[in-house]
Amino acid sequence: MIEQVAEPLQQQGFAKVVLELEVNNHPGVMSHICNLFARRAFNVEGILCMPMADASRSRIWLLVFEDQRLEQMVLQVEKLVDVLSVRRHGAEHEVFERLEKFFL
Amino acid sequence: MMQMTGAELIVRLLERQGIRTIAGIPGGAILPLYDALSGSETIRHVLARHEQGAGFIAQGMARVSGRPEVCFASSGPGATNLVTAIADARLDSIPMVAITGQVPLAMIGTDAFQEVDIYGMTVPITKHNFLVRSAAELLEVIPQAFRIAMSGRPGPVLVDVPKDVQNQLVSFEALPEPAVPDPAPSPDLEAIAAAARMIDAAERPVLYLGGGVVHSGASGLAVSLAEQAGLPTTMTLMALGTMPVDHPLSIGMLGMHGARCTNFILEESDLLICVGARFDDRAIGKAAQFCPNAKIIHVDIDPSELHKIRTAHVAINGDVAAVLEALLPQVKPILRKRWLSHVDSLKARFPIAMPGRDDPRTHYGLVHAVAAALDDEAIIATDVGQHQMWVAQAYPFRRSRQWLTSGGLGTMGFGVPAAIGAALAEPERTVVCFTGDGSFKMNIQELATLAEEGLNVKIVLMNNNSLGLVYQQQSLFYGKRVFASRYRGEPDFLKIAEGFGIAAVDLDTAANPRAALAQALQSRGPCLIHASISREEFVYPMVPPGAANTEMIGD
Repeated sequence: MIEQVAEPLQQQGFAKVVLELEVNNHPGVMSHICNLFARRAFNVEGILCMPMADASRSRIWLLVFEDQRLEQMVLQVEKLVDVLSVRRHGAEHEVFERLEKFFL
Repeated sequence: MMQMTGAELIVRLLERQGIRTIAGIPGGAILPLYDALSGSETIRHVLARHEQGAGFIAQGMARVSGRPEVCFASSGPGATNLVTAIADARLDSIPMVAITGQVPLAMIGTDAFQEVDIYGMTVPITKHNFLVRSAAELLEVIPQAFRIAMSGRPGPVLVDVPKDVQNQLVSFEALPEPAVPDPAPSPDLEAIAAAARMIDAAERPVLYLGGGVVHSGASGLAVSLAEQAGLPTTMTLMALGTMPVDHPLSIGMLGMHGARCTNFILEESDLLICVGARFDDRAIGKAAQFCPNAKIIHVDIDPSELHKIRTAHVAINGDVAAVLEALLPQVKPILRKRWLSHVDSLKARFPIAMPGRDDPRTHYGLVHAVAAALDDEAIIATDVGQHQMWVAQAYPFRRSRQWLTSGGLGTMGFGVPAAIGAALAEPERTVVCFTGDGSFKMNIQELATLAEEGLNVKIVLMNNNSLGLVYQQQSLFYGKRVFASRYRGEPDFLKIAEGFGIAAVDLDTAANPRAALAQALQSRGPCLIHASISREEFVYPMVPPGAANTEMIGD
């Protein structure tokens, strides 16, 4: 008997959500966050990162699918030492909508 | 105003953190730190023979002491050799701070000699990691590394320090205070009250203890809960010892190589109280079929463990000891005669068969003979493989931190260096390392470290000249197509031990193996105890990979 292989993860058909992260601003923070999504094969549809007014912090916006693993993903992101807060918005959040014109 | 180099600052901060022993290997990029360490009057350095050994020595110390311990390695291959020991610490939640040398800042990214991006490489296997960019940063980074390693769910932290940062002078007003752990989250009192009501109302509850009980120092509280609420109690591989194995409520280890009765009792339970465990696949088998009729109470310090594999009916995020303390006064004392007598009858009907347990030349007999020659003060370490499972099944563990094993990562080569670390942390104890010939060869160079330190470590080698668990799986599940699991060469381990300057005893040729074993265990200092085991001895019972826990094969 051989261990089962997981079904390929379905992503189409799920609603999108926007995650707003407040993080410490230093080299390496992006790699901690992207690594977490990448190794779980959790696709990040959009990503935006800018320093905040207080330059010691940055804000990161992530556009992701709301599949059944999202809860666990958010818990894992919250565990990262450099992540100070995670907020969840619906896909209608304007941050990516307003960016879309740069990708036309 | 104080002024010193980055390297001197690291050593001062480690001293103030209470670090007394560091395992490591020097090399070009970490020489300034070694130079500073040579001036320390309180920290002793143990020179390992491979950086993975240094990592596991630090782990051995941490698993016994419960506090973060430290290992050093140089850049490049020194750092990459640490990777397995760091990943192992991550999966078993062991607090550890690994400090690596790095090429000078200006040379990072140039493919300099012995440059490797150990920061990038260890992102997924550390709790957190740092690449230090100035000596002044060390004032924050070193205490932070310890705080992170020991707060909440413990884990490994890596600090990568470029050589010029080690040499850089830094001035500051005062040294920072040594790190202390963050306070644990205050547990949800309503959830605790709900849990107490569920325990009172349950008819067939089972308590399921994991490594978190060890980390939290909560074994006494867990046993009290079991006794008060009449809870049959199972332990994961990581939690062995938290309830004495001969306690009437103990139903032993669950999972792939647990007893049939344990998995049957779990199958019948109507309430599973999971404390500091994480529903690992080797423990629960097919997740959907584990405790199919049970409601679940899950207590864990790590919020991401709650609902991860199985949705809990009541989930409590908090330190296990604090939660149990709050829970105990709310749980009614119950005798639960009917359930417990049913549990006892299952225990009597489906125990683990231990053929040969009275013959020290068999695998179970050897484990029993070692236990008979020692008391509960001894520390038992293992490597990974069949011997590990036989020891987990047969050794009478009776206290927390008595048992050191690589659970989550399952790292062959863990045993000898971890045993060395344990003996460094608690030199007055006897430390036994059960190993197999496959595992033993994976860090055999640490025999040199062991001989040099003269530690009271007894290596019990169960030699079947093969990769026993692989051979077992090929024999059982791959149509007996045995491939790459039997060694053709057969090293003489007695001569190897002798070559390293370590005494050796061969139970195969001893006239009285039990007496030879007892004598070897009782005389102080390192010793190799060799015993041949038949390759055809398998670990039973066994849940086939991918099956449910109740579908066990073998006796």
